[in-house]
Amino acid sequence: MSARVATRRVKSAFFTGLVGLLCFLAVLPLFLIFADLVHKGASSINWDFFVKIPVPAGQEGGGVANAIVGTVIIVALACVIGIPVGIGAGLYLAEYGIGRLGWMVRFLADVMNGTPSIVVGIFAWTWFVRPVHHFSGLAGGVALAILMVPMLARTTEEMLRLVPHSLREAALALGYPRWRTSLSVIARAALSGIVTGALVGVARVAGETAPLLFTALGNLNFDTNVKEPMQTLSLQIFTYATGPFDDWHRLAWASALVLMSLVLTLAVAARWATRKRYGT
Amino acid sequence: MVRETAPGRLSRAMSTTLPQTMSPAAAESVAPVSTSSAAPRPHRRHYGDRVYRGLLTALALSLPLLMLAIVAQLLVSSWPAIRKFGFSFIWTSVWNPVTDTYGAAPMIFGTLVSSLLALLMAVPLSLGVAIFLTEFAPRWIRQPVAFLVELLAAIPSVVYGLWGIYVLIPLLRDYVAPPIRAVLGWTPFFNGVFYGNSMLAGGIILAIMIVPYISAISREVLLAVPATQREAALGLGATRWEAVWGAVLPYGRAGVIGAVMLGLGRALGETMAVTMVIGNRHDIALSFFQPGYTMAAAIANEFTEAQSRMYLSALFEVGLVLFVVTVAVNALARLLVWRVARGTAVGSKAL
Repeated sequence: MSARVATRRVKSAFFTGLVGLLCFLAVLPLFLIFADLVHKGASSINWDFFVKIPVPAGQEGGGVANAIVGTVIIVALACVIGIPVGIGAGLYLAEYGIGRLGWMVRFLADVMNGTPSIVVGIFAWTWFVRPVHHFSGLAGGVALAILMVPMLARTTEEMLRLVPHSLREAALALGYPRWRTSLSVIARAALSGIVTGALVGVARVAGETAPLLFTALGNLNFDTNVKEPMQTLSLQIFTYATGPFDDWHRLAWASALVLMSLVLTLAVAARWATRKRYGT
Repeated sequence: MVRETAPGRLSRAMSTTLPQTMSPAAAESVAPVSTSSAAPRPHRRHYGDRVYRGLLTALALSLPLLMLAIVAQLLVSSWPAIRKFGFSFIWTSVWNPVTDTYGAAPMIFGTLVSSLLALLMAVPLSLGVAIFLTEFAPRWIRQPVAFLVELLAAIPSVVYGLWGIYVLIPLLRDYVAPPIRAVLGWTPFFNGVFYGNSMLAGGIILAIMIVPYISAISREVLLAVPATQREAALGLGATRWEAVWGAVLPYGRAGVIGAVMLGLGRALGETMAVTMVIGNRHDIALSFFQPGYTMAAAIANEFTEAQSRMYLSALFEVGLVLFVVTVAVNALARLLVWRVARGTAVGSKAL
């Protein structure tokens, strides 16, 4: 073997090692962040943390019950508004999306997926907060719904397209009208994929903060009225992390651990469901 | 008899004669030839399909309408500032609510610098992930590692910010900044004292946050490269690295560039994590050790405090600039990715 071939082999081995190392470095922050969340957050999690509301600044103790309930309410609102629209748009893309409108909707959905959430926040403020002169959980829910729609539209379309064409032909051959074919045959076959897409969407908006800054605003009290300002875990973490008190920092880490567990459970559940069905 | 056990739809369906080949479009026009149901309802099917199509179209139209509404609203709300400052808004750097004078140059500068700094670190890492996972890694670790990288995208921005403040910044201050300063302190990019909140911290946090996006899409792009491309290079005697570098990457180049641009789009618009670590100072400083500002951070910090109409309008104009830039970057990126992987949904799967 010539020296030249040997050099090339060494070079190949070197770069193989290099990309492996880069890959390791890319994953490393994930473990660091998890370790810190557990290390700094777990010790502050107790019963009070889940059932009490925040105490005035400077005092010890208190919990984030209002933020947990607020997160659930706002995310639920976002789902109620965003899921039907997103899935409907996805059905349109899969069913009728071959024309110019389909292309445009698909393209805009992809582009909107990358729109900064803070811009959606100020948009929601102008439409849902300024007219009524009042911050509200509802406005926050709408802002999150706006973020969810384009994402859901694309994942739904993708899942529907995985359904074999023969199923559609069989249903139509049996005389099913097109809308029933689409809903009870195609959509049902893709149901687990669509649910997965929805879960991923929920996981993403549950951690959003920027669009809520000027809509839900945050609230120190326990309030389930969606027309009032509402606290969420993400807003709570932001306030506590940037505040001056050690006790706040402690609660910020604990809240982050709770939020992270919530988001991760959704993400892992979503991934697990898809893998079982399609083995990608 | 079928007719008695399953009246209505099913029996009608079974006795309906349909043409041999059914395209979805043809199905609409076929009238139901009903022999079993009590009363023929010739228009019902057609009617149901029309309602369905109309409803879905309305839902789909909500996306373009929403986009239009956002653009229109941003334009209307920022109009006073646009009229008053014109283009000087973009390159002047006085930001003074007291005199109602606004120039966004420092935040536009900060947005660009922090995002490019992030790309500088994220691109090699992401390409490393994509290449390693598609070409070199043992088969059994590919899926799990890809999933771990994607999990980075699931971490909320505010959690990155929290980690940035209390873990990353102390780490940089104690272990990273001093050696860099000792070696490169004479360059304009690293002079001055490192206090913590800085362009460097913002860039690193952003880099970690956009790695999952870039790597997921470049991985899909590399997977879409035909195997023959690889095999041909190997068949000519290339080493595995030469096959990747000389045959696979060039084939997917447009897609990889698209992936990088998508990452750039994310970095430009990222808000919470950046605002928590970048320092939020209206200043143009060349040194990465100095605090900076970004457009998204300015909106997040100042929007609720904006008292005067012009202040609010200026912040809306910042939002408009940010929106236009990210949309342009994203649109270009999508077109590039689609060019490589036409017809597939590459890229939409990233969390």
